[in-house]
Amino acid sequence: MASTEERVINIIAGQLGSDAATITAETDIANDLGADSLDLAELMIAFEEEFNINIDESDAQNITTVGDVIQHIEKAIKTD
Amino acid sequence: MLKINLHDRVAVITGGTRGIGLGIAKALAACEAKIACIGTNPEKLQSALKAICHERNSSTGGVPLEFQEEVEGYLCNVSVTEDVEQTVEKILTRFGRIDILVNCAGITRDVPLGAMKDEEWDDVIGVNLRGPFLMTRACSKPMRRAKRGRIINIASISGLIGNKGQANYSASKAGLIGFTRTVSKELAGKNITVNAIAPGFIETDMTAVLPAALKLEIKNRIPLARFGSPEDVANAVLYFVSEEASFVTGQILTIDGGMIR
Repeated sequence: MASTEERVINIIAGQLGSDAATITAETDIANDLGADSLDLAELMIAFEEEFNINIDESDAQNITTVGDVIQHIEKAIKTD
Repeated sequence: MLKINLHDRVAVITGGTRGIGLGIAKALAACEAKIACIGTNPEKLQSALKAICHERNSSTGGVPLEFQEEVEGYLCNVSVTEDVEQTVEKILTRFGRIDILVNCAGITRDVPLGAMKDEEWDDVIGVNLRGPFLMTRACSKPMRRAKRGRIINIASISGLIGNKGQANYSASKAGLIGFTRTVSKELAGKNITVNAIAPGFIETDMTAVLPAALKLEIKNRIPLARFGSPEDVANAVLYFVSEEASFVTGQILTIDGGMIR
């Protein structure tokens, strides 16, 4: 089973058409990868479905980097 | 008009500058929804925004509201992908959410099949069918995120029973009905309802161009013996967007004075 980080990066690369190899935990999804708010909405839906979690709009607003996403997912899975 | 509470809801209306679309925009504004009105003609857009604001104002008993906060216009060709994506992005930046999408932008290029040019087919399919596809794809993203939403597609009885000279138009509207049925199934899991309205003959600029003799002939075929008004259609939109219609999706409601059965 791929790690959370790998799965998150694959989803982002797939949605935004960017090269997975260039994405790290420090990558800023909007500023580095050029995601607009429609892309971000689509990504949050994809994370919710992939990991079977819920990402509230208020939480989503605090997510800027790939690392933020991973952190949120791991927290959500633990408290589940 | 029906009265429901849409306070703080954000409604996007394509083709909202005149005819049925303007009637719908005014009705939603009267229920206190925030309005993102989409059109292609700058002058018509400006006058529509004034009319929508006026409606909003009268509904609050003359209490002055900061309309700039509530109503915004966007020039956008709904058949162009980049236009649509940019416009929806702007609406999200401006209002932060989208609760309601009404796909009302529609054009006619009536010509008998034998004389129909490729562009006349493509233009009508582009605005009437590709437009709702692009708008729905974009607007459904924030709706899917929010796990709520209402989408209303304005079709036509031409898409149900056909109409001479409208091979392009009736194909686009029949397509829109199929689109409505499929998308309602796809988005149901996200608590988004998708319904269509198939108006008959409604008093608008689109039907104003019909010859008087033809209008009389049509009126004779309408059991309720009159053309409908944009408000007749808007009332149905208000029902579909209301909380009370939360169990209604994938439906096609004909509003034609009983013309087709």
